[in-house]
Amino acid sequence: MALALQTFATVKDANTALKSQGSRYLGGGTLVVRAANEGDVSVSSLVRSTDPALSSIAVTDGKVRIGASVTMAAIARHPDLSSLARAARAVGGPAVRNMATVGGNLFAPAPYGDFAVALLALDATVSTDDGEAPIETFLTGRDSNRAIVTTVGFVLPPQGDFRFLKVSRVKPKGVSVLSIAAVLELAGDGTVSAARIALGCMADRPTRARAAEKALIGRRLTKDGIAPALAAAGEGTSPITDPIASAWYRAEVLPVHLGRLLLT
Amino acid sequence: MAKVPVQFTLNGSEKAEFIDSGTTLLHALRDKIGDTSPKGGCHQGTCGACSVIIDGELRLSCLTLAETCNGAAISTTSGLSEGGVLHPLQRAFLDTFATQCGFCTPGMIMAAKMLLDHTPNPSRDEVVEALSGNICRCTGYEPIIQAVLTAARSNSQNAA
Ligand SMILES: Cc1cc2nc3c(=O)[nH]c(=O)nc-3n(C[C@H](O)[C@H](O)[C@H](O)COP(=O)(O)OP(=O)(O)OC[C@H]3O[C@@H](n4cnc5c(N)ncnc54)[C@H](O)[C@@H]3O)c2cc1C
Ligand code: FES
Ligand code: FES
Repeated sequence: MALALQTFATVKDANTALKSQGSRYLGGGTLVVRAANEGDVSVSSLVRSTDPALSSIAVTDGKVRIGASVTMAAIARHPDLSSLARAARAVGGPAVRNMATVGGNLFAPAPYGDFAVALLALDATVSTDDGEAPIETFLTGRDSNRAIVTTVGFVLPPQGDFRFLKVSRVKPKGVSVLSIAAVLELAGDGTVSAARIALGCMADRPTRARAAEKALIGRRLTKDGIAPALAAAGEGTSPITDPIASAWYRAEVLPVHLGRLLLT
Repeated sequence: MAKVPVQFTLNGSEKAEFIDSGTTLLHALRDKIGDTSPKGGCHQGTCGACSVIIDGELRLSCLTLAETCNGAAISTTSGLSEGGVLHPLQRAFLDTFATQCGFCTPGMIMAAKMLLDHTPNPSRDEVVEALSGNICRCTGYEPIIQAVLTAARSNSQNAA
């Protein structure tokens, strides 16, 4: 069945159109058009907004605001976002990155959502016309979200504090076995003073590794220092099983890869 | 359902069509406009056979709605040869036996063209990365990588 596409200049008008049954927002379309091509009949109409604010990136005094329609390719080549380029480049191949948007990545079910994992570690804020929400709250409630995401905002960590790792079987492009993002602050004596660690594929959506974060505080980034954090890494996770890997395998290799990320 | 108008340039010439809303660009190009160079391998974004260049960016025409391309400049492999002379990439694909069944070839060539437009002398790794969204079930990839490197060399010789 054919889809109908409605295009609006403003987010407000697009939000109104989204209220009708069977309508879905169209970002880059890499998931939603794919679903339609596959015969998903729950989508009968697509809505998009061409509001230029959705496509802008603003970096002022270390504060970053990225429009929901900004693509992974645009983030990867932005001179002020070089520390995030690795996470943006983790998404798909070159053509997918030219289409895949930040907004869409927030809704991508595991094994997708690699950039959302980065945003979770950055403790980003997700904005809609209804207001702002911390990304963790947003991700928990995303299945019932009906409002268009307009921007994501976060404070850019100092160079070196943000780390990202994606594990895939097919190189250079492949779906995640898992992805991990971390923002680590070190005190003058080299011990960890603050840690945020986000995991992809360890649930149906990105989640924080709170137990591991807690176990890192006051520890050094050495093999012995991180051992308690690695032991706690799997706490509260329920990894997905898909053709790439089983839940068991993902749980087994999580501490190995978290260890590699922390020791780099 | 009412048809919607779309208008864009395809390989430099103006095209205007009435299509069903929600039609993919791949479908519009192949079945409406008659450019069958982009191939529909998976319609899922995974094979890259439908790759085209839209406003200077490589995109998957199977996941792009034609209506979103109004006013755009689109290039496909069928627009590459000039006056019966093959593009250096096409020549190199033939010379290095980088095409067997040929189904992946137009997508590979568009992805390779995008690379060479920005990086005229790519490393092998850069070629692999640029083609990473394109699947070939025949060649084992090595001849394709060689073809792209060969085309890059012949371009730089011609420029010298
Ligand atoms: C071949 C292939 C490989 C891929 N590889 C990866 C990968 O390695 N890593 C990865 O993370 N993903 C991957 N993906 C998945 C996908 O491309 C990305 O997750 C992408 O970021 C999704 O964004 P989109 O704009 O294309 O989403 P769309 O398909 O446009 O939308 C996805 C969902 O989000 C909703 N949505 C989109 N934007 C908004 C908004 N602003 N407000 C409210 N709702 C919105 C849509 O309604 C829809 O339900 C891959 C996809 C393909 C086809
Ligand atoms: S047909 Fe578009 S990627 Fe396979
Ligand atoms: S030549 Fe047959 S798929 Fe590549």
